[in-house]
Amino acid sequence: MIRFILRRLLQAVPTLLAVVTVSFFLMRLAPGGPFDLERPLAPAAMENLRRVYGLDRPLLAQFGSYLAALARGDLGPSFSFRDQSVLDLIARGLPVSATLGALALALATVLGVGLGIAAALRRGGFVDRLLGVGAALTLSLPSFVVAPLLQIAFGLTLRWLPLGGWGDGAPSHLVLPVVTLALPQVGALARLTRASLAEALRTQPIRTMRSLGLPPARVTRHALRGALLPVVAYLGPLAAALLTGSVVVETIFGLPGIGRYFVEGALNRDYTLVMGTVLLVAGLVILLNLAADLACAWLDPRLRVSA
Amino acid sequence: MTPTGSVPRPARRAVLRFARERTAVAALAALVLVALACLVGPGLTGHDPERAYPDLRQLPAGLTAQPDAERLGPALERLAFRMRARLDAVERAGDTMRLTLASDAGVDRRSLIYLPRSALFGAPVILDERDGGRGLVVAVPIRRLHFPLGTDIQGRDLLTRCLVAGRISLAIGLAASLVALLIGVAYGATAGFVGGAVDAAMMRGVDVLYALPFVFFVILLLVFFRPSLPLMLVAIAAVEWLDMARVVRAVTLSLRERDFVRAARALGLGTPRILLHHIVPNTLGPVAVTATLLVPQVILLESFLSFLGLGVQEPQTSWGVLIAEGARSIEAAPHLLAAPAAFLIATLVALNLIGDGLADALDPRGD
Repeated sequence: MIRFILRRLLQAVPTLLAVVTVSFFLMRLAPGGPFDLERPLAPAAMENLRRVYGLDRPLLAQFGSYLAALARGDLGPSFSFRDQSVLDLIARGLPVSATLGALALALATVLGVGLGIAAALRRGGFVDRLLGVGAALTLSLPSFVVAPLLQIAFGLTLRWLPLGGWGDGAPSHLVLPVVTLALPQVGALARLTRASLAEALRTQPIRTMRSLGLPPARVTRHALRGALLPVVAYLGPLAAALLTGSVVVETIFGLPGIGRYFVEGALNRDYTLVMGTVLLVAGLVILLNLAADLACAWLDPRLRVSA
Repeated sequence: MTPTGSVPRPARRAVLRFARERTAVAALAALVLVALACLVGPGLTGHDPERAYPDLRQLPAGLTAQPDAERLGPALERLAFRMRARLDAVERAGDTMRLTLASDAGVDRRSLIYLPRSALFGAPVILDERDGGRGLVVAVPIRRLHFPLGTDIQGRDLLTRCLVAGRISLAIGLAASLVALLIGVAYGATAGFVGGAVDAAMMRGVDVLYALPFVFFVILLLVFFRPSLPLMLVAIAAVEWLDMARVVRAVTLSLRERDFVRAARALGLGTPRILLHHIVPNTLGPVAVTATLLVPQVILLESFLSFLGLGVQEPQTSWGVLIAEGARSIEAAPHLLAAPAAFLIATLVALNLIGDGLADALDPRGD
């Protein structure tokens, strides 16, 4: 088990290295730089700035020292947020994005899996028919449409909830962003759960249990354990989708999270901040996928052997 | 031999089964309708997508002909001001206005050109001249303009703009999906058919790519290099081919050991030929399902990028661009968001439902 985890973490190293390399050279080969202001700086000042941040050295040397610093856990200073290191910014942004992501994940899972189970247990029932169109509908609701609509309805018209801002994580500030993030995933999860459980209920062992007269609740619980495998496996990529989805949601609701820092960093050519946020998201995606795989192995003993 | 001759049995059965899925068929009809409207509609609305009516900005959706009674007065005042004249009398007779213009310095007849130029009125006819040119009585027909979905901040017809935007959104959706489909099918079929270490290495590569925060890379690419249509197409296709590759590989693995493939190999056919003639045609069912579900994802990604200002650029427009414009003025004119969003969501829902229907129709375990 521990060997499996260690091997997966080792495999993540080349992936992260690829992320660093691609984003480093992608940004550096593009025109423009972090100090291109609307009013150009004096050449001497520009020269000094570039020397202070080490931008005057050859590209490969810069890449080398970035990697060396990275190995020490140092993500470098931010170019656009004065006197702040990227680590400081991440330490401030991550709690925001993580709170949003975790709450959205919980909401989507509870609603999606619940609806999926209800639909699978009563094929052709109300929930099942609702999901037929409803799942496709929530999948097709872009967050950048849902967010302004929610703002109009609950922020401007009803005045129940604030339009945006973080408000130190007050629950009222969290409701709209979390709903916006979770909504598209509810349909996907419900559909997946429904298909998987419906199939599990058709298998021979379950039919045998039922014919032996076991209580339906117990039969369902047995079927559910196997049926939840694909759902749990999907939670990894789902968490990744929530992380990337936060780019739009954080922008629209004005939340100081990782997605917001990433967009602002990209627009300001803040090389180190962009690298830091991209690296963080890539690392999180890998960790979450690993967690999903471990959960699958816990649910299904057959997977442990091959792992 | 089936009665229809060349159409193979499984395909016919799938078509028949798809035809029985009422939601999917309705979705297909809706999609065809939207696509047709986008293709031919802009020529039928009577407005150029770029034509702005400065006097008719942010009109709400409605069927009444414009300019209506409420907007006629202010529009005439503004025009008279531009003509350096006073409006002494305004009478309306049906679709014609009878205006009495007056100016102490004399009404300049050339300034009458402002009336038709505003696009609200037709060509004026001079009926009478008074006080030696200081007064002028003019009959001018009112144009009857229709804006079923209202107009945007610059006074452009929203329906025409939604339809023109739809052309771009649908075209990008189809083109990027096609590229992703070709890459995915080629990659997946090769990996599955060659098998062994090659397959393992190729699929490890896909796993690595899956773990990348791709949307972040696409945003980086578009921010750092100037946003352009080809760049966006490439970026979207580069993200979206992974699912297709996995699906095709899985199907190919199961096909590889089938008798007809072995027979082809025994007959001495080369790998490319077997792939092209025997493997790929048999993956078409799952490929069709995956592709149908891919198109809405691509359209969604495109409008997401356009919403952030990184996708389609002015003067071209897409649903994402229009939604971004609408979101900016949502308080004053919510229809600016609602109209393009309705087009986008209807298209996405239709495509998702068609994909579901296809998946059910092609499912060999069904009925």
